[in-house]
Amino acid sequence: MITINCFLILSALMLFIGVYGFLTRRNTLAILISIELMLNAADLNFAAFNRMLFPEGQEGYFFTLFSVAISAAETAIAIAVMINVYRNLKNNFVENLDKLKW
Amino acid sequence: MDYSQFLNMSDELSLLAVVVILFMADLFCCGSENSTKPSKALSLIAVPLLLVQTVYMLVNMPADCVTAFGDMYLSAPMMTVVKAVLNIGTVIVFLMANVWMNREENQVKQGEFYLLTLFTLLGMYFMISSGHFLMFFIGLELASIPMTALVAFTKKNQESAEAAAKYILTALFSSGLLLYGISLLYGTCGTLYFNDMAAVMDASNWVQLAALVLFISGIGFKISLVPFHLWTADTYEGAPTTVTGYLSVISKGAAAFVMFVILTKVFEPMVENWNLLLFWIIIVSITVANIFAVRQNNIKRFMAFSAISQAGYLVLGAMGGTAQGMTAMVYYLFVYMVANLGVFAIINIVEQRSGKLNISDYDGFYATNPKLSFIMTLCLFSLAGIPPFAGFFSKFFIFMAGFKAGFPWLVFIALVNTVISLYYYLLIVKAMYIKKSDTPIARFSSDGYTQIGLALCAIGVVFAGILSQIYQYFDSFSFGLMP
Repeated sequence: MITINCFLILSALMLFIGVYGFLTRRNTLAILISIELMLNAADLNFAAFNRMLFPEGQEGYFFTLFSVAISAAETAIAIAVMINVYRNLKNNFVENLDKLKW
Repeated sequence: MDYSQFLNMSDELSLLAVVVILFMADLFCCGSENSTKPSKALSLIAVPLLLVQTVYMLVNMPADCVTAFGDMYLSAPMMTVVKAVLNIGTVIVFLMANVWMNREENQVKQGEFYLLTLFTLLGMYFMISSGHFLMFFIGLELASIPMTALVAFTKKNQESAEAAAKYILTALFSSGLLLYGISLLYGTCGTLYFNDMAAVMDASNWVQLAALVLFISGIGFKISLVPFHLWTADTYEGAPTTVTGYLSVISKGAAAFVMFVILTKVFEPMVENWNLLLFWIIIVSITVANIFAVRQNNIKRFMAFSAISQAGYLVLGAMGGTAQGMTAMVYYLFVYMVANLGVFAIINIVEQRSGKLNISDYDGFYATNPKLSFIMTLCLFSLAGIPPFAGFFSKFFIFMAGFKAGFPWLVFIALVNTVISLYYYLLIVKAMYIKKSDTPIARFSSDGYTQIGLALCAIGVVFAGILSQIYQYFDSFSFGLMP
């Protein structure tokens, strides 16, 4: 039997894997993938809450739909920025983003 | 469906009209194919249009709260006032951007700059008058996605690219946390309408407390409060100077105001908890930023740390969520805006004319450019809060509000920090007036647009404090937790 808890545990795991990846990955694209994981964790939460707890409404589904669209827009511009970085530096590892520092 | 409810959104719709007119003007009036040199008309159109729109908003201001789309959109008179304040700031940014926009390599991109800036402004409008977390989230993203494009505006410049990469990654991370927080709120409340949520919030529910923490950290990235400030200095240094000015005032101010509104509306039963959180965040923000600001040499980086510390003062108005705090916050935002944009306008014109960005380059600036250094001094004094200028009064009202809300220790620490900040603001004044330099910045004359912008800032710095009507005007609209 799949309960709400299963979804919540899965989404919490996704969130923390995303945070861990954000903090440890060295490649900016891998960081971007980690962030997508975090955003998808929230989307999963919305859909699961709507289906399991509040089946009479549609609010969670709509929120998921909008947030998927928004994260697509964010990814588009983030990749554009990464390509720009790549053109300037010839690679996109975070160690090389060191022109500006303390 | 009742279409007349669209009229309640007249602020947003009028700004959208400005955007569309500018877009058309960019498409048809400027930069036809056979003339390589686009006309300079775009800022001539943008600035008056935005001013007309500001006046329109203030004249058409609703007398009371208005809603649209079943409470998805909520607006109150105070929100229109904040939007008008943001508009004035954007006008000053446009005025100072003109000299940068007219450079050879930027002329073809003029339209993009104005449109992207206005789209972020539109996002802030939606964020300010949101009545539902979906609306808030869309507004927040509309405010931060075009901002990335603005930060990366000088494409060939490696620093700009790096700044944009850092900005977008931290912005995405923070919106991921924020979104997770909102999903927890949805799971515990079953609704995301601000009006319905306060009734089902409970300070003993730890899931909702986690959501509160995630919300504050998500929005703290936008305001650049201290545990979440790491992107600020790098992005401010790498971004084009006008964009830095915009970022440091407009987007920060909008986010701080929205945080105030949502904390008082949605998280009302948890007032004890968020007071405690903000208490420590403010102390750390003001102190850490002050310590780091002292040792900076790049002036944009220096202003970044100054902006972090000022953000701490700005958020101090939110403590306790009182109506007085809201007035103090909006007034502080207004005064901080004119002073900070004045400083950035001068940094920008110096950068455009001589390419110099270090504090040590400002040695002997008074000998060559006395007028500019005088205005810079006025603005820095206002930022530091020295009595005859507006900055003193805005800090005074913020401290009064914090004191009334019952946080004397917080106010005391903030006061001590004001003295520290005076030290590093005076370092620049000292460089300009007292230090001698063999290679000072040569004498130059600034263009007319920058002069108008600087005049606006100087008038604001001198008179916004003396004219008590401004404070009373803000005060007549403010609202808070207590009736």
